[in-house]
Amino acid sequence: MTLLEVNNLTVRFYTAEGVVTAVDDLSFTIDRGEKFGIVGESGAGKSVSALSVLRLIENPGRIESGEILLDGENLLEMSDKEIRKVRGNRVSMIFQDAQTALNPVYTVGEQISEPIRHHLDYSESEAKERAIELLDTVGIPDPQTRYSDYPHEFSGGMQQRAVIAMALSCDPDLLIADEPTTALDVMTEAKILNELDRLAEEFDTAVQLITHDLGVIAEVCDHVMVMYAGQPVETASVDDLFYDPKHPYTVGLMASIPRIGAGDTRLQTIPGVMPDLIDVPTGCTFHPRCPYAEDVCTQKEPGLVDPATGTEVGADADRGASCLAYTGDLANDLTFDVTVGDAGQSVGGESDD
Amino acid sequence: MSTERGQIQIKGFHAETVEDREGLSEWTDEKDTEIPSRWVLIGRQLVRDRLALIGALFVAFMLFWALFSRPLSVMGTTIQPFEAVPYDPTRTGVGDRYESPSLAHPFGTDRLGRDLFSRVMYGTRFSVTIGIIVTAIAASFGVVYGGVSGYFGGRIDDVLMRIVDMVFAFPGLVLALVIVSMLGRGYWQLVAAFTLFGWAGYARLIRGEILKVKQNEYVLAAKALGARDRKVLFRHIVPNAIAPVIVQATLAIGGVVIGVAALGFLGVGFAPGTPEWGTILDAEKGTVVAAGDEWRWWATVFPGLMIFIFVMAMNMIGDAVNDALDAQNETNVDNMGPQG
Amino acid sequence: MSLRRYIIRRILVSIPVLFGVSVITFGLVHLTPGDIVDLMIGQNPDLQPGEAERLRREFGLDQPVYVQYFDWITNALQGDLGPSFSQGPETSTLLVSRLPETIALGLFGWVFAMVIAIPGGIYAAIRRGRLGDDVSRFVALAGISIPNFWLGLMLIAIFAARFGWFPVLDPQTDLLSREMLWWLILPGIAVGTASSASLMRIMRTTMAEELNKEYVTAARAKGLPERTIILKHVLRNSLISVVTVAAFITAGIVSGSVVIEVVFGWPGLGQLLIDVIHMRDVNVIMAITLFVGVAIVIANLFADIVYALLDPRIRDDY
Repeated sequence: MTLLEVNNLTVRFYTAEGVVTAVDDLSFTIDRGEKFGIVGESGAGKSVSALSVLRLIENPGRIESGEILLDGENLLEMSDKEIRKVRGNRVSMIFQDAQTALNPVYTVGEQISEPIRHHLDYSESEAKERAIELLDTVGIPDPQTRYSDYPHEFSGGMQQRAVIAMALSCDPDLLIADEPTTALDVMTEAKILNELDRLAEEFDTAVQLITHDLGVIAEVCDHVMVMYAGQPVETASVDDLFYDPKHPYTVGLMASIPRIGAGDTRLQTIPGVMPDLIDVPTGCTFHPRCPYAEDVCTQKEPGLVDPATGTEVGADADRGASCLAYTGDLANDLTFDVTVGDAGQSVGGESDD
Repeated sequence: MSTERGQIQIKGFHAETVEDREGLSEWTDEKDTEIPSRWVLIGRQLVRDRLALIGALFVAFMLFWALFSRPLSVMGTTIQPFEAVPYDPTRTGVGDRYESPSLAHPFGTDRLGRDLFSRVMYGTRFSVTIGIIVTAIAASFGVVYGGVSGYFGGRIDDVLMRIVDMVFAFPGLVLALVIVSMLGRGYWQLVAAFTLFGWAGYARLIRGEILKVKQNEYVLAAKALGARDRKVLFRHIVPNAIAPVIVQATLAIGGVVIGVAALGFLGVGFAPGTPEWGTILDAEKGTVVAAGDEWRWWATVFPGLMIFIFVMAMNMIGDAVNDALDAQNETNVDNMGPQG
Repeated sequence: MSLRRYIIRRILVSIPVLFGVSVITFGLVHLTPGDIVDLMIGQNPDLQPGEAERLRREFGLDQPVYVQYFDWITNALQGDLGPSFSQGPETSTLLVSRLPETIALGLFGWVFAMVIAIPGGIYAAIRRGRLGDDVSRFVALAGISIPNFWLGLMLIAIFAARFGWFPVLDPQTDLLSREMLWWLILPGIAVGTASSASLMRIMRTTMAEELNKEYVTAARAKGLPERTIILKHVLRNSLISVVTVAAFITAGIVSGSVVIEVVFGWPGLGQLLIDVIHMRDVNVIMAITLFVGVAIVIANLFADIVYALLDPRIRDDY
C-alpha cells in the first residue's frame, strides 16, 4: 500500500549566483514499511527532496510545483499547523550529523521527550518514561542516567542513536534518514545501520534513506532511486540495481567504489563533476561525463523508461532508467557488463556485526 | 538481502573515453570562475554597499574641512594656505549673541557672537585627527603585542594576556579621564590618554586570530625551513590575521572621536573656548535647560550632529568592511560599540 | 558536574587580575609625570605653596613608591581610602554616600538596554534580510554612533525643558520613591542607549547564526511551533553569547554613567569623579578608579558563572 507519493516535485533556490533547480520534476513512491533508498553524489538534490517532504525548505529555496501525498493528503496544501502535526509525528527525520542536530544546552532526554509531550499529549513523567524506554530500545546502556546527560557527554555513535530515538518517539509511519552514518566511523556506521534496519522492522516504519554510499543502500534498502542533477536516472529493486544496472551513471558509481583485493582492475571514477544546477547541460544532463554519449544525447532529454520495452513509466514503476539507449535513439549499445565474482572475496560495505 | 553474494565487477565501462573525445556539446564544467583575491572581493562588495559609500563620502567631506578650514602651518611654514570657513573660529563678536542660522552664519552664532559654522567645521581637526592618530598607534602596538603573545604562547602568552585582562577591567573613558587629570589638558595629552590603554583590544583580537592561523601548514612549513621567528610572525602570520583588526580599527576611530568629545564636554579635554565639538557643547549646555523659554537649538544641535554624523559614517564603513569580510570567511568582529 | 570547581577556579584566576587593577590604579596617579602636590596646589587657591611639605608628609609622598603602594593597598583592604581634602569627609564615607545614586542609574540603564536589545535583536534576526532587519540595523548603528552626552542634552531640551514631561536637573526626591522613576527615565535612556544598540547587534548576529544551525531544522522536523523553537531552543543558545559580552556592557554602562551624571546633575560617583579630577583630589580619584575596576572584575566573574550555568559544555572543560 502506498504511503508517500511524490509527484512532479520541483524545488528551486534563488541565489545570488542564479536560480538553482535542485529538484527537477521528481516523482517517486514509498510503500508502507518499505525501505526506500535515494543515492547520488552530493548536490544531486537528495537532501532537498527529503527536506521537501517535511516542507523544511528554507529561504531562498522554494517548492515550485508538484504534490506530496501522505496517505493521499497533499502535504503542500496543508496549513502550517497541520504540517506541524505531521512533522516528528507521522513523518520524522534523522540528520547527517547528530552532534549538530542536537541542541547543546538541553539534555538528550529532554530533547527526546519534547515531541512526545507535544504530539502525544503525554505528561512530563510519562514522556520521560517513554524516552527512557526509547533510549533502551536504540541500544543505549544505562538509559535511566543517560537521560539527563547533555549531548556532548555522548559519543558520536550514541548521539546518532539518540537522534534515532527522537525520530521514533511518536511511532512515525515514515522515517527520513539523511546520510545518517556519514559522520561516523566505519564500525559505528555498520552498527547504526543494523540498528536502523531492526528498528524499522520493529516499529513497522517506512524508511527513506538518503546516501551517497551504495554500500549503505545495499545494507538497508529494498528499493533504490539513483539521482543525478536533480532528476531520477534509475529506479530499481536493490538486487536489480546491483546485479543488473541499466543506467551508465549507476554503473559509473559502482565502478568507483574501491575494493580491497581487486588490484587488477583499475578504479574507474566518473570523469568530470556534476553540473552546478544553475547551468545544466542540454539533453541528457549526464552526457558530458558519459562514455557512451552520442550527439543525440545533447539534444534529446531521456525520460524514465522501462529498459526492457522502452515505454515510459511512472513514479511507482519497479524498474526504470532514463537513458536514450532504451528508446532506440543510440547508434551503439551500452557495452558494460556486470559479473559476480567468487563469494569468498566479498568485502567492502557488507560487513555483518 | 541478495540471493547470491559475491564481488560485483564491472567490465567494459571505459570512463577514459570521455576525456579522449571532443566535447559533444557547448556545455563545459569549467566555468570562468577565476577566483579573485580576497581583497578584490572585499573591495567589490564595498562598492556595491550603498551605506558604505555614503559613509565614505561623509568622511572624505569632513577630512576636507579638517584640512582646508583654516591655513595649516608646521614649524612656522605655511603648508596649506586656504581658508574655507568664513570667519576665524575663535574671533568673538563677528555677529550678535545667539544669532539664529542665516546665510551669513549658516549655523548661527554662539554666546560670544562667534560664528558656529566656522567653529564646528574647524572643530573637525581635533577629534577626527586624534581619532586617527590614536587608532594608528594603538592598533600597531596592539598587533605587535598580541602577535608576540599568540605566536610564542605558553608562559609569555599567559603573562601578557593577564595584563590585557587587567586593562580590560577599566572602561577606556575612565582611564582616559584619570590620565588627563594627571597630564593636564591638550591635544597630545588626549592622544596619550586614549593610546596608553587603547591597544589592549587589538592585542586580544589579533592573538585570537593568530592562534587560528598558526595551525596552518604554510606556517609550519616556514618554521620547518628554519625561518626566523620574527619573519614567520610578520611575513606569514600577521598578514593572514590582520583583517578583523582593520575592521576593529575602523569602528574604533568613531569611538575615540566620541571619547575625545566627551572629555571636552567634561571640561578636561581642551582649554575653554577651543573650537572643539565637546568643548563647544560644554560651553553651550546652558541653552538646553533654558529651552523651555527659548531654545537656541543651533548652539547644541550642530556640534553634536557633527560628532554623530562622523561616527555614524565611520561605523557604516566599518560595518560594510565587516560584512565583506564575513562574506569571504567566518572571521567576525563583534562590534562592542565605541562607548564601551 | 564540576560547577563548583569551575567557580572556584574562576575566582582564583580573578585574584591576580584584581592585584593588577590596584597596581594600574596606583600607577596611573603616581607614575605619570608631574608632582601630585604641585598639581593639587595649582588647582586650589586655598592651599599655600608653603604647605607643600606638610601635604607631602601627610600623603606619605616622601616615601619610596612601593612603600606608598603597600600602605595604600593595606589601608584600602581595610576600607580606609584616606582623607579627601576637597570634599571634606573620609573618602570611603564619600563613596558610600554616592554609590546608591550611581547604582540606581546604572541599573536602570542596564535594564533599559536589555529590554530594548533582546527583543530587538530577536526581531531583526527573524526578519533577516527584510525591511524590518534593515531598519533595526540602521537604528542600532545610530544608537552606537550617537554621543551619549549630546543625546542627554537633546533629551533634556526636548522632553524636560520644552514639553515639561520630565523634571530637569538634580533629583529632588528620595532615591527609593516612586517619583524617582520620573527622574531616572531620561538619564537612564541616555546611559543605556549605546549599550543597548551594541547588544542588539550582537543579539542579532548570534541569533541569526543560531537560526542557521541544524538543531533548529531538527526542532522544526519534530513539529514544534516556531515560537517554541525560537524562545526555547534558539534564545537560550544566543543568550550564552550575550552573557560573554556582559562585561563590555557593564563597562559601557559605567563610563556612560560618568558622563551622563554630569549632564543631568546626578549626584553619583561619576559626578564626584569629575569634581575631584578638577580638584586633583588624588585619594578620591584612586578610590573611584579602584572601585570601578573591582566592580567590573566582579561583574566579569559573575557573567562567567552565569555562562557556565547556561552552557553545560563549559563546566566540563574544567
